[in-house]
Amino acid sequence: MLEAPNLVLLVVIATLFAGGVYLLLERSLSRVLIGIILLSNGANLFMLVVSGPPGGAPIVGLTAEEQMSDPLPQAMVLTAIVITLGMSAFILAMAYRSWQLNRHDEVQDDLEDRRLARLAATDQDVESTPGQDGRLATLDQEAAEARDEVAEMLTTGVEAGDQE
Amino acid sequence: MSWLVPLPVILPLTGAGLALAFTRHPRAQRIISVVTLTLVLIVAVSLLSLADDTPLVVDVGGWAAPVGISLVADRLASLMLSVSAAVTLCVLLYSLAQGLADGDEETPVAIYHPTYLVLVAGVANTFLSGDLFNLYVGFEILLLASFVLLTLGGTVARIRSGSIYVIVAVVSSMIFLVAIALVYSAAGTLNLAHLAERLPEIDPGTRLVLQLMLLIAFAIKAAVFPMSAWLPDSYPTAPAPVTAVFAGLLTKVGIYAMMRTQTLLFAEGRVDNLLMWAALATMLVGILGAVAQTDIKRLLSFTLVSHIGYMVFGISLSSQAGLAAAIFYVVHHITVQTSLFLVVGLIERRGGSTSLTRLGGLSKAAPLLAVLFFVPAMSLSGIPPFSGFLGKVGLLQAGIENGSILALVLVVGGVVVSLLTLYVIVKAWNQAFWQGIPEGLPSTRLPGGMVGPTAALVALGLALTIFAGPLFGYAERAAGDMRAQTPYIDSVFSRGDRGEGESPEAAP
Repeated sequence: MLEAPNLVLLVVIATLFAGGVYLLLERSLSRVLIGIILLSNGANLFMLVVSGPPGGAPIVGLTAEEQMSDPLPQAMVLTAIVITLGMSAFILAMAYRSWQLNRHDEVQDDLEDRRLARLAATDQDVESTPGQDGRLATLDQEAAEARDEVAEMLTTGVEAGDQE
Repeated sequence: MSWLVPLPVILPLTGAGLALAFTRHPRAQRIISVVTLTLVLIVAVSLLSLADDTPLVVDVGGWAAPVGISLVADRLASLMLSVSAAVTLCVLLYSLAQGLADGDEETPVAIYHPTYLVLVAGVANTFLSGDLFNLYVGFEILLLASFVLLTLGGTVARIRSGSIYVIVAVVSSMIFLVAIALVYSAAGTLNLAHLAERLPEIDPGTRLVLQLMLLIAFAIKAAVFPMSAWLPDSYPTAPAPVTAVFAGLLTKVGIYAMMRTQTLLFAEGRVDNLLMWAALATMLVGILGAVAQTDIKRLLSFTLVSHIGYMVFGISLSSQAGLAAAIFYVVHHITVQTSLFLVVGLIERRGGSTSLTRLGGLSKAAPLLAVLFFVPAMSLSGIPPFSGFLGKVGLLQAGIENGSILALVLVVGGVVVSLLTLYVIVKAWNQAFWQGIPEGLPSTRLPGGMVGPTAALVALGLALTIFAGPLFGYAERAAGDMRAQTPYIDSVFSRGDRGEGESPEAAP
């Protein structure tokens, strides 16, 4: 006897996952954190929905055996919730620390990517004729103009590995 | 003797609690950590010899197998456990000496010791787990500990690389959790032995989806291309001992999980071709990245990614020879990669930098350091007679035995990548150890407490070469057991369809 799962719950799960993935792609760590919380709630709800039809409390003597819900997924979801709580606390602390150090909590670009973007932008600058409309023409140039720690490091003479 | 099985998890967790209680007494903390990890090593080695007869199983809490969680120490698990215990002990001794030499600024001891022990417990739990959800919990334990270790001190560079690492790790855990939910709804159990019996009966299409989702989750953790970009970004900024233990162990935990699931749950090898392509891409992209690096830590991180490809290659062959070679390769790679990162920590102290453009003349200035770098480096690039060569020969033989065109392409790719590794290592050697001694080379002496554990790990790598015969035999027996499946399943279900312990009212 297979019951179809509740449609409303499925829509809720889909919304949680979609919102979670969207926020995960943001640059700010606090939005990423909200995305992770949404995703984990979606995953937990998903586990409850797919693991069997709902029923009464699985306590012998309180519910008839056929009407009991499966307690195992509930125990697993509980564990997953606790783990997500720990993760969220850690990410919050990290976002705060990042704000303390940099005055922003962005998930920053890879240093190598930045260096490559700068090199590419330098090439573009040499090739293009000066005195155009002043707008940044290409993706490479735009990338080189985004928040740029490599330039700061070059001017201060410190490398990423040395800042320990 | 099955009471030994939970000890590699319980001992470090207890030690972590004690170390946390002695936050204000660094000396007591050091003693607790060293004693705990020494005990874990002893237990692991005794499990290694006991598991050679028959897998040891413990049903946690006395609940019989498919109902409760079981911990299983078979040959593969206890081999991984022994190597990881040896490596973590060496790295701990190294970091203690570093802490003593630097006045504990680089590694704040108060949280370092408990976190490190929790990491060891998480790794052991993952290796021993006989239950998919418990595997997930083991992963989370070691991940949370690794977050703390990676961002130790909270400097700009570490927060930057830490945030990337944390987000990638959390996403892979989400995928793993969703995969677990799907497995449970499809098969109604999460016990690995039980799943091995039930999964072949479900719809093949569903089974393929489950297999792919688990593979993606593990491949992110093992840094298999195209999910490998996070690794060279995040590892190099951590303190040297932390990078060493991460590079040696954490990716191999992902590889272990892949080995376990690919042989026990999805033995028919339906994604072998996909895995082979992934292995080839991982090898090539990793090593080409390493060629372009000028920082020795980043360079080694890229070679780490590249050599993950060899292990995936061994798994994808779906044969006893391939799996045995992959197991041998994992053992070799844990030891060698960890000792290389420890040596790089020493190079940083002696030469004052990890940038190849600034280093030079170290072979004259520090000949012992040169020897310590040379031996594992040659082993990594597969020069005979070192263990890296033996592992690669095993993999190539298994690839030729397989005989398909793709496997032969991978054999050629493996040789090319091996040569490129040699090129990278020779380049690093040339720039850091030869050339004239640069001006302003610090005249620091390396503390003996740091050189000692590094030398011990290098010696362990050499021992793997000398005792390669027995070790390869062990790996082959482990691979044979895993391919056959029955030794694992029979020892978990020691009473027909149940394990030891009480669960009288449970449904069959």
